[in-house]
Order: sequence, then structure tokens, then C-alpha cells
Amino acid sequence: MTSTPTAPTRTPSPVETGTGRSVGRPLDRVDGTAKTTGAARYAAEHPHPGLAHAALVHAAVTRGRITGIDAAGAEAVPGVLAVITHENAPAMKPPPPVSVLNLSSLASGSSVNYLNTDEVHWNGQPVAVVVAETPEAARHAAGLVRVSYRELPATVDFAAEEGNAVPQKSSALQSGGARKGDAEAALAAAPVSVDLRFTTPPYHHNAIEPHATTAVWDGDRLTVHEGTQNITWLRDHLALRFGVPVRNVRVVAPYVGGAFGGKTMVWAGTVLTVLAARVTGRPVRMALTREGVYRTVGGRTPSAQRVALGARADGTLTALIHTSVTQTGRTGGLPEQATSQSRHLYAAENILLRQNLVELDAVPNTPMRAPGESIGTFALESAVDELACALGLDPIELRMRNEPERNPVDGKRFAHRMLREAYALGAERFGWSGRTPEPGSMRDGGWLVGLGVASAYHPSWQMPANVTVRLSADGSVVVRCGFHEMGMGGATAQAQIAADALGVPFEAVRVEYGDSDLPSGPGAGGSAQTASVAASLLAACEKLKGSLLALARRSGGSPLRGRRPGDLEARDGGLWAGPAGPGETYAAILARAGRDSAEAAVGSDTRVGKVTGQLRFMSKLLRDRRRWVKAACGAHFCEVRVDPDTGEVRVSRWLGVFDVGRVVNAKMVASQLRGGIVMGIGMALSEETLVDPRNGRIMNPGLADYHVPVHADVPPIDVHCLDVPDPTMPLGLLGVGEVSVTGVAAAIANAVRHATGRRVRDLPVTPDKLL
Amino acid sequence: MVEVRLRVNGADASLDLPPQVSLLDALRERLGLTGTKKGCDQGACGACTVLADGERINSCLALAVQYAGREITTIEGIAGDGPGHPLQAAFVRNDGLQCGYCTSGQICSAIGMLAEHGAGMPSAVTEHLCADGAELTDDEIRERMSGNLCRCGAYNGIVDAIREFAAAEAER
Repeated sequence: MTSTPTAPTRTPSPVETGTGRSVGRPLDRVDGTAKTTGAARYAAEHPHPGLAHAALVHAAVTRGRITGIDAAGAEAVPGVLAVITHENAPAMKPPPPVSVLNLSSLASGSSVNYLNTDEVHWNGQPVAVVVAETPEAARHAAGLVRVSYRELPATVDFAAEEGNAVPQKSSALQSGGARKGDAEAALAAAPVSVDLRFTTPPYHHNAIEPHATTAVWDGDRLTVHEGTQNITWLRDHLALRFGVPVRNVRVVAPYVGGAFGGKTMVWAGTVLTVLAARVTGRPVRMALTREGVYRTVGGRTPSAQRVALGARADGTLTALIHTSVTQTGRTGGLPEQATSQSRHLYAAENILLRQNLVELDAVPNTPMRAPGESIGTFALESAVDELACALGLDPIELRMRNEPERNPVDGKRFAHRMLREAYALGAERFGWSGRTPEPGSMRDGGWLVGLGVASAYHPSWQMPANVTVRLSADGSVVVRCGFHEMGMGGATAQAQIAADALGVPFEAVRVEYGDSDLPSGPGAGGSAQTASVAASLLAACEKLKGSLLALARRSGGSPLRGRRPGDLEARDGGLWAGPAGPGETYAAILARAGRDSAEAAVGSDTRVGKVTGQLRFMSKLLRDRRRWVKAACGAHFCEVRVDPDTGEVRVSRWLGVFDVGRVVNAKMVASQLRGGIVMGIGMALSEETLVDPRNGRIMNPGLADYHVPVHADVPPIDVHCLDVPDPTMPLGLLGVGEVSVTGVAAAIANAVRHATGRRVRDLPVTPDKLL
Repeated sequence: MVEVRLRVNGADASLDLPPQVSLLDALRERLGLTGTKKGCDQGACGACTVLADGERINSCLALAVQYAGREITTIEGIAGDGPGHPLQAAFVRNDGLQCGYCTSGQICSAIGMLAEHGAGMPSAVTEHLCADGAELTDDEIRERMSGNLCRCGAYNGIVDAIREFAAAEAER
């Protein structure tokens, strides 16, 4: 495998070329034992003396003003400590306006200042919180709070409002539309074309750990246990809302029981637990019910999309049109970039991309694994497959004929792109050549068999991260960074990286994470955490080795006297001049200098340091954006079986070949990529949040009625990584968290098309759509 | 309030509880055994699976008072006096977990499931309902474990871990 000829080059260090002993190894995750023995404590599992419990009361109307609250019944329940409503809640500062100059301002899930207003903005918005001695008393009393409302008209039906969508704005962090040539004219003139409409329903993250918060005030100091994907945002947000200095707030989040984007923003439950603790003067815990999560935490937006493709008879794309309508809430939400991948995947001569938004009186939507690309690839990659059918071309061949050398919308260089290699390897491994193209032509007993492919694509990001590394005379290393562990295996991966950078055994490295007392980490989002921490960690290790060398050079008798950093390699617990040259161990250097340890830091958590870090981040982001397009990509190969009598679809075989750059830990990377594919299988076949079109109320707020994939739905998933580093990313990492969910739904729909001849354009592909 | 005598992981505990308290809440909130997880509180996700006299149950759907005197085993007690249960190690080795929140339930459920299978109980995918000892195929494992959701999608690793453990047990 080779990288594209346009990729920039530089000399990689030994750790980058994978000659180290830890990076690349399929090591067991370091927190595996804590998680398999029940010892790992999640947000609702930290004991505090005098702990009280809280429960939410949700609005039963969609939009309106509260006209009265009767709390008498609730207050009479034995053990109830407080019923907090807008009539008696202390004032909180409102959520801040969003600004890209203050990234923490993005933290607000909604602009609603809960319990500081009599306004209701969506069906299920919290309107009261009950605090009691036990969880049972709090839950029971919450059901006794009587709220009366004056209802106001509400707009809740996405399908009905689609025609009223307005153009979506671009921002520094998000691409908007794009236009190259005249795509509509080219489409009209194309000898072969498809013009299709797709819809995707709302989805919910459904992390198995429901959102939970434990809040403890000590005077003006606040400690919060919370399963969050962004410790820094949460800390800054709570400090602002409750009017205390940021340094007074500590967020502890060593384990997050799944998140997938749903724990990125700060939602009502968190703020109201902190408020409840302040009102009662007690430590308070609130573990949301599963229904409570649906009512107060956003999910993935529904979408309606149009993809139109025009081609010459040989398959050359002359026109690519992709437009989308998605939704946000009236009080917030993320505008999804559903056409994102369509800027990058095909070298069409004429391109038109446009994204539109409707605002509804609904809980604000929020990022869910690959926001934009997960639903956007369904539409684009289904349409490409349909075009292949219309052309009578193999769908892989059609893609390869339109694989771009440069970014199609603006001619920028790809930092790295190996989609061709992914398809070539995948086709061989999967046995694609055995596929007969005619729909319904492959059978296994009574089952119709279908094979489908689709591309995966996700942009690569890098965020600021502050890191310290300390090396002790006993040879142990401690890496400190307040990043997040939701199952990605961050501590394991960073320990592998530090071990190779310093030339020490993996087992010698301990990584501390998940606590705002540590140097600020990046948020866990955009598949960027590992690369972001790695960049600062590698820099910190270089600094540390530099100061150890300086120590050695200052003292007489060191074999490192007169050596320069460039001459040395880190191995065997020390610095050595080449494979056979002289050198000495870190322990010897420290001992001679009379030191117990040495430490190096990258980034600063002072006020000035934070601002500098953010400015540096934004300028690097914009500079990189001008130069390159960076992304992870991949090729999905899927086999389905369809029962012609019942319309049941079973996924029977899967292969994903991915270009995610360097692989730090083959075992954990494969697991995470498989996880995205499993989520994509749910998105394709069984998941759907049902919204009552009359009042916007979610009708299936639970795991009995919202069907995530179970063991029986998931076949063995073959995952292969090309494992070639991207030269523009730290350690060559492109990020693995999201890319694998993109393209999955299209691969399944394409396989179903092959099995049955039917093109399902409205997810999920349920049996009724095949009968 | 009612007095409930529970026996959990070999130890006796006497609790004064409102009668509506679930076994799950009794374990987590009263006994501090937070290894058993609450994912839905509705019997739909399996995160709260524990063993009652060796049989797997959803502890969120069980009232604590109903389980007085029964032998309850949670993830904290699965290893008995040993250093760890071999299935726990198999989960780590096969990466049958990511965030870890469903893991306790998966492990307890797998132990109960293997006992059911060993006792000859058929599943929906068992070919011959009357045959002695259906082979423990991957399809059988997947079908029998389908009450335990994993949103991280660690299913492949979980099946690998259970198969590996069951094979090692069969050889003993």
C-alpha cells in the first residue's frame, strides 16, 4: 500500500514508524479488570454522606406558560426535602450565547434557563425537581406534582414543516453548501441520471448508562460526578451558571457508560442536580430514567434529502446534487452537515450542495456518532448504487471511475486518501467477484441473498490538549490529561504512545484522566481525542527527554556529555546514542543529579494559557483547512438475507476495510470500528424514534420500543485497517470513533436492493417496506 | 417499611425497605453493590442481570422482598473466593467490552445462560428440541444472550469470550 502521490512528506521519528515496542500491539485495555469486576464506579455510584436523591417533573404540554404548580401532594410524601420549581428556585445565570471564540459556550444543550422561567418550549422539558431522602420517595413525589399551563401553538411535525426550511449557515467549524459549475443543467443533459429523495428518522444514542449526576457543594466549591464527554465545557458552564470561579468547580468522570455524542452538551439533569444540591445543602444525585433521557437530552435530527446524479454512459459523473433538510430545536441544537461527505467523495464535474433547516418546538437535537455523514452517506451512497444499476456498471467500478485526485469542490489536496486500496482489498477478501449483479439472482435455500457496498467517510480533527508527563527514578511514568474514557480505550492507547516515545515498557506507564484537576484534555468528539492527546503527549515526551539530556550533560561522568537530542534514541528506559552507542538510563541520570523525578508539561491551564491554546487551535485549524482535506475513509461490504415471504432482513456477513491512518492498538481499534458498524445496522434496520406529529411527544422513549441491535442481529464483523499513517496528523492517526458508522445503512440498503430489486429510500428498512 | 433479609454473595444483610424497592435498588442504593447496573429499569436491557440461586434474573424487575432468603450473586461475588472468574478474564482478553456499563450484566447473564444450556434448555434457534445437549454454536450464544444489550457494539468480543470460556470449561 502506498499513500497518494500528493501527500506531503516529512521524516517520521522512530515512534511514528512503529519501531517502538508498544504502538500497534493488540494489548488488553488497562481498565478491563475494573470494568469486568464491577469495581469501576460511574457517575451515580459515588457514595457521599447525607446523599439525597432527585427526580424530574416533565412538562406535559408542548409549548406554553405555567400558570400554577400544586406541590402539596409531593411535599407530603415522607422523606421529601424540597420541591423546586420556577416559583421558588434561586436565580441562575442564563446559558451563554454561542461564540466560536469561547468554545465552552457551545456546551449548552439548550438556551432554556430551567426553573428560572415559566415558559415551556418542548413536551418533556423539566418544570420541577423533587429532592428526597431516597430515590423511591423522589420518584413517587415527582408523580404527584400538579402543573397547570396555558398552552400556546407549537410547531412539531418535521414532515409538515420541511417546505418552510431556511438555508443553513456555515461556520468556522462546519461547512455549508457548495457549488461548482451548473449541476442542474448538467443533470438535465446527462444521458443517464437518477434523482432520488431519501428520509431518515430521528435516532437516539441510548448509551446503556442513562445520564446521571452527583453534585456536592462545600461552601462555594462544587464537585460533580458526571458521565461527560467534555469535562472542560461542563466545568466552565457550571461555574458560569452558578456564579463561582472556574477553579472552584471540580468535575470527576473517570468512567462514562457510553455516550456517542449524547453526553457532549450540558443538559437539564446536570444543571438541576447542582441546583438541588445548592437548595437543600445536601449532596444530591439524580440518575435520569431512560424516559427522562429521551425527554431532556437531544437525539439525532430527522432528515429529508435529495440526491441527483448525472453521468455519461461510461459512468463519469457530470452532475452531483445533494440537498438536505434537518431540524434543530427552537432553543438550540446542532445544524447537521448532511452533505459533508458529498464535498469529498466523487469527482463530479458539476456539484451543488445545499443544507436547509427547520426549527421546531422540540428538545434540541445534538451530535450523535458522525453527525451529518452518518445520514448523509445513506442518501449519497444509495444514490450512487442506484446509478450503477441504471448504468449496468459494478458499483465498485463506478466509484473507482469517479475517485478524485483532489477535493472535488475546491481542488484542495487530500492529506491522505486510500479509498481505492480499501475497495481493492475488500473486494478480494469478501469475494465480491462471486456476486451476480441481477437482483434476486443469489439465493440460499428460501432466503434471497444480496451483496452491497458503500463508502465510509469522516473528517479528521485535532483539538487542543494539555498534558504533563512525569518520569520517576524507579522508572515509572505518569501521564496526566483530563480526557474522557467512554470505551475507546484512551488510557491504554496513550500509555502505548508514551511508552514508545520514552523507550520504557508499556507496563511502566500509568495514565490519569477523567478529572478536571488534571491538565485540560480535549473533548471526546469528532473522533479527535486520541490524536489530540497524542500530539501534546509526544511533545511533552520530547521536552522531558530534552530536560533529562540537559541534566545528564550538566553532570560530569555521563556518557551523554556532548550529545545532542537528534543523536539519541529512547529505549531500554534511557537515552542511547544509536543501537550500539553509549548512553544511560533515566534512573542513572536522575540519581546523579540527585533528583527523584523529572516532569514536562505541554499547554497551560492559566487564563492566558487557555486563551493562547484556543487561538493556536483555531489558527492551526484554519491553516490546515486551507491546505488539506483530512479524513478517515473506508469501504463497507455487506451480505444480507431477505425472507421473501415476511420481508425480514438479516445481516449475515460484514467486512469493513478502513483507512484510519496509524493503528495504535489493533484490538481496541477493531472493537470501536465494529461498534460503529453495529450502530449502523440498527440505524438501517430497526431504530427509529417515533414522534407524535400532533404534539411532538416522543412515543417510544425506552429500550423496549426503540430497538437497538441485540446479539442475534450482529454477525461476525471482519474489520481490516490499512494502517498507513497520515503524514499531517499526530502519529499519523486519523481517528476511529465515527467513520465506521458512516455508509453502513447505505451498504445494507444496497444489499437489500440486490437481493430484492427494491430500493428502500426511507429508513429504517422494516419488513413492511419490502412487501 | 418491611424487614427483608437478603443473602448476597454469601453474606447476610437485613434491610428495612419500602415494599416497592427493587432488588436492583436494594443492591445499589442500600448495600453499595454498584457493580450491578441500571440501564433502563424496565427489563429491556439486561444491565441489571444477577443470579438468584444460579438463575439469571433482571434485578430491576424483581422486588427485593420477593428474594428474601434466596442466594443472590452479583458481579462482585462471581469469583467467589478466587482471584477472579475465568469468564471475566476472557472478556478482557477478547475485548468483550468498551464503556463497561453492560459488562456486569453480560457476564452474569452468560454464567446463567451456560447453566441453562448445560441443563438442556432449548432456545429459539435450537434445531431439535428433544435432543440431549444442543451444541453451543455461536448462533445459540447470540440467541441466548440477546436480552443483554451492548450499545458500544462489543457483541463479537462477548461471543468470543463466552465461547472460549465454555470450551475451556468443557475440557476440564
